Formats: sequence, C-alpha cells, structure tokens
Amino acid sequence: MSVQVSASGAPGGGMVRPVGIVTDIATVARRSVRSLLREPEAMAPALIIPTFFFIVNIGALESFVERTPGIDYRAFQIPVAIIFAVTGISRASVLVIDIQTGYLSRMLVTPVRRSTLLVGMMVADIVLAAALSLVVIAMGFVFGVRFGTGLLGILVFLALAVAWSLSFTGFPYTVALRTGNPAAVNSSFLIFFPFAFLTPAYVPRDLMTGWMQTVAAWNPVTYLLEAMRSLLSEGWDASSLGKGIAAIAGLGAVTFTMAFRSLARRVATG
Amino acid sequence: MPEAAQTGSGDLAISARGLVRTFGSKRAVDGVDLEVNSGEIYGFLGPNGAGKSTTVLMLCTLLKPTAGQASVAGHDVVSSPGEVRIRIGVALQEAALDERQTGREILDLQARLYGLSAADRAASIARAVDLADIGEAIDARIKTYSGGMRRRVDLAASLIHGPEVLFLDEPTTGLDPVSRAQVWDEVRRLNRELGVTVFLTTQYLEEADALADRVAIIDGGRIVEQGSPSELKRAVGADVIVVDLPAEAIAPAAEVAGTVPRVDAVTRGRRGITIATADGAAVVGSVAVALSAAGLHPRSLTVRTPSLDDVFLLATGYRMSALDSSAEDGAAATGSGLQASGAAPAATAREGSRS
Repeated sequence: MSVQVSASGAPGGGMVRPVGIVTDIATVARRSVRSLLREPEAMAPALIIPTFFFIVNIGALESFVERTPGIDYRAFQIPVAIIFAVTGISRASVLVIDIQTGYLSRMLVTPVRRSTLLVGMMVADIVLAAALSLVVIAMGFVFGVRFGTGLLGILVFLALAVAWSLSFTGFPYTVALRTGNPAAVNSSFLIFFPFAFLTPAYVPRDLMTGWMQTVAAWNPVTYLLEAMRSLLSEGWDASSLGKGIAAIAGLGAVTFTMAFRSLARRVATG
Repeated sequence: MPEAAQTGSGDLAISARGLVRTFGSKRAVDGVDLEVNSGEIYGFLGPNGAGKSTTVLMLCTLLKPTAGQASVAGHDVVSSPGEVRIRIGVALQEAALDERQTGREILDLQARLYGLSAADRAASIARAVDLADIGEAIDARIKTYSGGMRRRVDLAASLIHGPEVLFLDEPTTGLDPVSRAQVWDEVRRLNRELGVTVFLTTQYLEEADALADRVAIIDGGRIVEQGSPSELKRAVGADVIVVDLPAEAIAPAAEVAGTVPRVDAVTRGRRGITIATADGAAVVGSVAVALSAAGLHPRSLTVRTPSLDDVFLLATGYRMSALDSSAEDGAAATGSGLQASGAAPAATAREGSRS
C-alpha cells in the first residue's frame, strides 16, 4: 500500500495547537461539573445528614448549652452543619471509575497536562461545596441565625467552608489514585468521623472533658469551627480567622501533597 | 514528514528496536523490533498475554520501555512523548468512555484536549459524528449504547484531531460479527481514504488476515514471524494437510509423515499433525497409505490452503485457535457466536473435522 501521508493528509491534520493550562482545567472541569449536574441525587446525603444533625442537636442540646451565658446554639450549630455537608465530598468516585474503565488512559494519550485532570475535578468540588454551603446557610436563616459580620461575613464564611471542603478532597483523591478501588474510596469517608466529632461540635471547648479538650486542640476542624462561629456571633476576630485559615492551609498542604504525588505515581509511565 | 530527520527513517510511521518491558521478573515484552511503514495497516497478532497490549502502551507513551527504543510518527516515545501524543490516535481495549456523557460531549472533550480552535472543533466533531454513524444516539448518554456503538464513538474520538498513526488495541474483541465487519470496513476506509497508518492488535487470525498489509506474530513477548499475510502463508507451503489423530498416534504419525516424499514440514499439535507441502492433492494419498501401512488410523485427513494459524503453529509449535478453543466452545454452547466465522472472508484455521 502506498498512500501518501502527511500531517495535513489526515482528517484534521494541522489543527492541533498547544493548549494553555487554564484551557486544560476548563475542559476537564466542564466535564466534571456536567456530570455533577446529572446526578443531583448524589447530593441528597450531603444535605440530609447536616439537616438531620442540625435539628436533632438543637432539639437535644439547645436549652442545656444555652445555660452558659452568651451562646446562641443555633448559630453555634450552623458551622457544624456546614462541615457535615461539605467534608468528604469529591469527584473521587468518578476518578476511580475513570481508572477502572480506562477512560483515564484515554485522556492520558492526549497531550492534556496531567495535573489538570485532578484540578479540573476539584473545580467541580468547589461548585458543589459552595452550593451545599449556601443551602445550609439558607437553612440557618430560616432557623433565625444571623451573621454579626454582615454580607462580607457570609462571603468569608462561605469561602472558609469551600476551602475546607477542597482541602479535605485530597484524602479521597489519594485513595482513588493509590488503589483504583471504588470500595476503598467509599471507605475513605470514615476519616470524616474523627475530624468531625473529635471537636467542639456539640459544646464549646471549655465545657469538654480533659482528654477530649486535648484531642480537639490538635484537630484542625476545631479552629475552623471557631473561626466560622466568630463570624456569626463575635464579629471580626482576626485571631480566630487566622487560626481557621491556618488549619485549612495546613491540612490542605498535607492532603494536596498526597493527592498530587499519587496522581504523579498513577500516571507515571515507568 | 518534517520529523523524518530525527529518526532517519522517513517512511516509517513506527520503529522499535529491542523493546523490552518487564513487570517484576516477568518479561511481558522481550526484545521487539518493529518497522511499520507510513500508510500501512499493520497487524499485531498473538494470543492473550503475548505482549500485544504492553507493546501498544509503550508505543502510545503510557508505559516506559525497560530497555530498547521506539519512535512513532518520527518522535521518540520516551524523550518526546508530547510530540508523539499529538500525532497519534488511540482506541484502547474495552472502548473506555464516560457513561455520564453523550457521544457528542465525548468528541467535544477530546477535541478541546487537543486544542482545536472553535471552528476546527465544530468541523472535526461534525466529521466524527458522521464517522461514528450512530444517528441521533450521538446525543444520548453513553450508558445507553451497545458495545458496537461504543466502539464506533471510541474510534471517532481517537481520530478527532487527525492523527497520523492510529493504534487500535483489539478493536473487535467482544463484538458480534456484524459490528466486527463494520469496524473492519471503517479501518480500511480510514486507511485508504485518509492515509492513516493503522497499528492493530488482534487475537483473531481472520482479522489480521482480512485487514493487515503486514503482520507480526507475537508470542511470549517476542515476535516470531513477520511479513505480509500471503508471504507468511506461502512460507508454510502451497498446501496444508491436517491429519486428525488419537493422542497416542501423534508422535509415530509425525515420524511416518516425515518420510513421505514431497512433505516439506510436519508439526505436531494436540489433535494431530499438520503437514506442509507444495502439492497437497498429490501428497495426501501417499500420507494416507504410509500411515495405514504403519498401522495408524487417522480420524480424518483434510487438504487446505494455509492460514495464519498454520504460520503460528510452525513458529510456536502450537495453534492459536487451540488456545481459545474453550472460549469458542462456550460461545457455541450459549449460541452467542462470539467467534462466528461468518464475517471472516479468509479460511480460518479450525480443522474441518473438529467436533
């Protein structure tokens, strides 16, 4: 066979152009957000669980905890509801299916920048975390919760929630990339429990027993909760906010390092 | 091609020298040399686990060779993977597509990953939609597609950016005969009309025979034969006599057959012996007489033209078709027709006397 071949002889010859990193991220994110919108039912647990705990906690503990002067327990519980809503959500379950079906390989034979395969999914995580947080904030308003820091406070509150959610996604992504196993990814949800409950989720730290106080002092979620609560009830408190941001950044540094190292290992050709 | 200067092999779409890939102590690919000319359909034929897919993964830049060198479309797969990636299209096994997206969205995503401009993207997607030829289903979610539809969309997606070299890893495995014939037609058309070089792995002898300009037979990570299907078959001899025998008669029959005049080669198989000869019609009688004189009684003697399976048998000492005979039997039993030969224009290697 002697067919003349040239770059322009092929069906789309000469069309391929270098792609910027932002375009790669946008391409991957477009797909991730689209698949997110196609499974709204997957959001249900992320809304039912925080709503359930919010109502049950208030019903059980509001009058008890409010014996301590200066605590608005509904405002106290809204950050907890947000943490319950956004901690552990990720597109890791999609990533692990991509690995299993070979769709990840299909993308890897294109010139796409490897890191954007993860970053693009995280864009969808940000969209979902923001949407869930807004719903929980709206629920707070319905229950009479108000922000002492006004609209800007709400925006910072939202930003903290989304940043926290994002920093936590590193765990499930790491598990997905390391194992390629959907069951393992589902199990990675378990790490949520110590992070969420070994904290002043129910009562302020000074009301907790000694050992629990010590554990909570080492849990980044403690500082996140306190930063978010400060926006609701105390006004602008640079110290609380600073610690909250540091907690998110610290955890994010660890989980992102794990996740992107795992990605590098997964796509390594060696 | 402007890249030719880099390899000094202007007409080669793919070249590999001493390609090795080990996994632990297993040498999955064990010193493969390849030269695929631009514009040809190259069949890479071998049983499961022979090293076909591992070779493809190395050529597609998804796996680094443990040793050896390979270049595709004029660029080294290890030192310039990015240059290789923009010049190749790849449809890996299993037609991997995201079930939550529609066919059109898959094509669009693919076009964006290659940086096609909006205008090029629209034109390429339109062309790819034509190529996939699945009608309005192109706007339905992949999860509603049949296996054949998935393959077609997968193939169209792999061509969206106009690659010079197309890798197809077992493109028809698991497809029904009609879908398989459609994929074959498509591969021929792409090659003929667009000049795309096709590197195709297959475990189906009839597929390699029907499609490929040249074939490499790989077994145990090594290439054991290479050439055009007709050359390879000619090398076996003009005719093949297949003698179906009881197990205990195989060894003595091989010895007896080897003494018959004008017998070129005798190969033992699990179900009998295969004799290569220049004139089957004349020799078959002598073979029958010689066996009978030695007290050996074949269940059947069949004269036919050689198949690629005969080439495989001569090169490796066993038949490829025997390896997947249990799968075939299973398919026959369930009526799924997994390996139905209706779509195969060439003679298949299955002995006529097989029950």
